[in-house]
Amino acid sequence: MFPIVEARVLGPNVKEFEIAAPRVARKHQAGQFIILRIYDRGERIPLTIKSADRERGTITIVVQAIGKTTSLLNELGKGDSILDVVGPLGKPSEIEKFGTVVVIGGGVGTAIALPTAAALRDAGNHVIAILGARNKGLVILENDIRAASHETFIMTDDGSYGEKGLVTDKLRELIASRGVDFVLAIGPIPMMRAVAECTRPQSIRTVVSLNSIMVDGTGMCGGCRVMIGNSSKFACVDGPEFDAHEVDFKVLMQRNEMYKESEQKAMADFRLNGGEEVKRVRGACANG
Amino acid sequence: MANTIPNKERMKMPRQPMPERHAHARARSFEEVNLGYDLDLVALEALRCLACAKPACTSGCPVGVKVKDFVDLIIAGDYLGAAAKIREDNALPAITGRVCPQEDQCEGGCIMSKRADSLAIGHLERFIADYERASGKVGIPTIAPRTGKKVAIVGSGPAGLSAAGDLVQKGHQVRVFEALHELGGVLVYGIPEFRLPKEIVKQDIDVLRAMGVEFETNVVVGKSVTLDELMGEEGYDAVFVATGAGLPQFLSIPGESLNGVYSANEFLTRINLMRAYRFPEYDEPVYDCRDKDVVVVGAGNTAMDSVRTALRLGARSATLVYRRGEEEMPARKEEIKHAKEEGVIFRMLTNPVEMVGTEKGWLTGVRCVDMELGEPDESGRRKPIPVAGSEFVIDASVAIIAAGTGANPLVQSTTPDLATNKKNYIVADPESLRTSKRGVFAGGDIVTGGATVILAMGAGRKAAKSIHEYVTTMTW
Ligand SMILES: Cc1cc2nc3c(=O)[nH]c(=O)nc-3n(C[C@H](O)[C@H](O)[C@H](O)COP(=O)(O)OP(=O)(O)OC[C@H]3O[C@@H](n4cnc5c(N)ncnc54)[C@H](O)[C@@H]3O)c2cc1C
Ligand SMILES: Cc1cc2nc3c(=O)[nH]c(=O)nc-3n(C[C@H](O)[C@H](O)[C@H](O)COP(=O)(O)OP(=O)(O)OC[C@H]3O[C@@H](n4cnc5c(N)ncnc54)[C@H](O)[C@@H]3O)c2cc1C
Ligand code: SF4
Ligand code: SF4
Ligand code: FES
Repeated sequence: MFPIVEARVLGPNVKEFEIAAPRVARKHQAGQFIILRIYDRGERIPLTIKSADRERGTITIVVQAIGKTTSLLNELGKGDSILDVVGPLGKPSEIEKFGTVVVIGGGVGTAIALPTAAALRDAGNHVIAILGARNKGLVILENDIRAASHETFIMTDDGSYGEKGLVTDKLRELIASRGVDFVLAIGPIPMMRAVAECTRPQSIRTVVSLNSIMVDGTGMCGGCRVMIGNSSKFACVDGPEFDAHEVDFKVLMQRNEMYKESEQKAMADFRLNGGEEVKRVRGACANG
Repeated sequence: MANTIPNKERMKMPRQPMPERHAHARARSFEEVNLGYDLDLVALEALRCLACAKPACTSGCPVGVKVKDFVDLIIAGDYLGAAAKIREDNALPAITGRVCPQEDQCEGGCIMSKRADSLAIGHLERFIADYERASGKVGIPTIAPRTGKKVAIVGSGPAGLSAAGDLVQKGHQVRVFEALHELGGVLVYGIPEFRLPKEIVKQDIDVLRAMGVEFETNVVVGKSVTLDELMGEEGYDAVFVATGAGLPQFLSIPGESLNGVYSANEFLTRINLMRAYRFPEYDEPVYDCRDKDVVVVGAGNTAMDSVRTALRLGARSATLVYRRGEEEMPARKEEIKHAKEEGVIFRMLTNPVEMVGTEKGWLTGVRCVDMELGEPDESGRRKPIPVAGSEFVIDASVAIIAAGTGANPLVQSTTPDLATNKKNYIVADPESLRTSKRGVFAGGDIVTGGATVILAMGAGRKAAKSIHEYVTTMTW
């Protein structure tokens, strides 16, 4: 059992959890993730480690509720427990001194990008962050990202906060006005693909973090395979970060559709009977 | 009571068949196919044994189970005594009785196999183990006084579990680290319920727990903790690496990214470990195979388990594609027989060359080519070669690739001073199971490549013996 020691809401459907997981906390490096299973009938899902506190033996994750498992997770709070947490998994981000770097976070991708942004800053880079959201209410972790970067730009689709426009509009502007040496983009697949296209002409080194469907996270199932260049790689052990210019985003998007029907059914059932399920899970926490 | 039937008569007694669920009913059910002998069948079968002076059954068994002796005890009606006899060499009899490739091992050695049917050693072993479990008298062996030595075991498959059992008996403190959330390795994530009920594995693990073995799941050694940290900060005197060969191999043919193409590991893990066959009661999904055509590529136990699982998920057709002939199939004979009875279509001398699908990326079929057998290759088997112009497509919405696995890599990649071979398997001395790194031993599939449960178990026991010597003397 892995107790939740702190939990807070960051925005609509987005929640942050601090979980006691001493082994993971001790070994975590920026860019790595955990796989958790909430309860005995749950699925295993990957979530990025936003930060780790070695002394307290805890890790922090940020979860956006989009389907059954993340919705169920976000119903839990301080005092509840998660049955299984394993990690840190995946390769750590490659941190080097590149010069001027742009870190782009879309939606919950901001949380995923945060530790790497901080590590890039600590390595002596000039870090410019661009956060993208549909509107003001959906901007999360603004203060954390401001602390992790030298400059921060916020882009909203409707202009309700920061500047109106897309993250790629700002990126183009920065490339033209001051030159950019390295880009890290984490967010929805269309956003990452657009960023890749933006930096391709000048061959600016660009890294994205891929959210393929995973089961074990240890290289044992091959379900998370992605096409990088012309070869098949396992996102959980070879990634999750890859060279954006080599990623076949079409295959990634297609593979993420694999369980659409089941996911929708699970979510519909959860909307109807989720209350009972949450009670059961919390009961199990109390007994376990 | 000794066996008074003359040998000549014994040779004429027919081998008692294993009672099994009817093929029609079981092909859609995850309940165990084999029902097990009853007391009458056991008595009849045991009487067939010729009690050879030089029993070839025992030399055929990789761990040397004393078949003649345990059969004697069966004839005398001492079933618990028989169980104890088996346990002298085999710590997991309920499992091996079910999954050993007996025809290549004990039963393959049995003298009777030359003239008639061999003694049904696996079925008898299974009966005795089940009898012992049902009696509630699974003896917990005496545990030696605490030695103060600590041993870490990485991986909870048969190699790790059997090493843990032997070491804890010697009085060492033993902790098993497992990457997944459930213990048992391939026994739980690979081999399906209808062949090896998970409850059996669980009970064997409970016995180990009662003996004092500690278990920690959700630890990926190499990621959550390294070997050096285990032997440093965490104070272990020795480590046994038994991480198995679970890395799935794909075919490297076009179309393997299509939706509907699985590795056997993923397919079986979703079903067995995650219970996806009970979706939506369980949350993990698996592609809905109902009324779909499924193709499985391969011919080993993994392929057989995948194809029979697909049937149980409601597939309209389940076809096995293999580039050699049926005689060359490495799977257990019983699995091949069961698969055929259940309606699996066997397409031998057929090799997949491409996965074909829709514009949107969903699999619609497997393009194959006919093969014919040419000259023998290094393995002595005749090499299959494609027949020009014979390409055709088998319709399929799901294709499962069971074409072998490689070494699990995470320990090796974080332990630079651990010697590995070209294929990334860990190099260990065949007798002592010592690796190139002081205090580290390795055994099971991670050393040999994908093999069998009993060989992994044998390696675990060998390692335990060698580790005991090492931690007692602390000389390398
Ligand atoms: C390396 C990695 C890091 C991630 N980090 C975060 C994070 O920090 N915060 C966060 O909110 N989300 C993160 N995700 C995404 C998160 O894992 C999915 O949102 C979650 O699995 C969805 O589960 P669900 O049951 O709620 O939704 P579902 O209804 O199951 O799925 C909704 C969507 O999530 C994808 N998905 C489904 N199952 C899985 C799975 N087992 N693994 C990966 N994706 C899946 C599907 O493609 C689908 O489009 C990460 C994913 C990966 C691969
Ligand atoms: C589908 C299938 C069917 C089979 N059928 C049969 C059969 O009928 N008869 C037979 O004799 N054999 C069969 N086999 C082969 C047999 O199961 C294996 O040879 C045997 O399980 C090997 O045992 P092992 O202990 O070496 O490894 P495994 O059983 O593979 O166990 C290794 C364990 O180590 C864990 N692990 C891996 N890396 C790490 C890490 N870094 N940190 C912590 N833990 C880790 C894994 O999660 C796993 O639990 C079958 C195999 C498969 C896949
Ligand atoms: S362990 Fe396997 S090979 Fe040995 S006697 Fe038992 S069934 Fe036969
Ligand atoms: S070889 Fe066969 S007949 Fe002889 S002792 Fe062994 S099981 Fe009995
Ligand atoms: S999640 Fe199974 S191999 Fe990556």
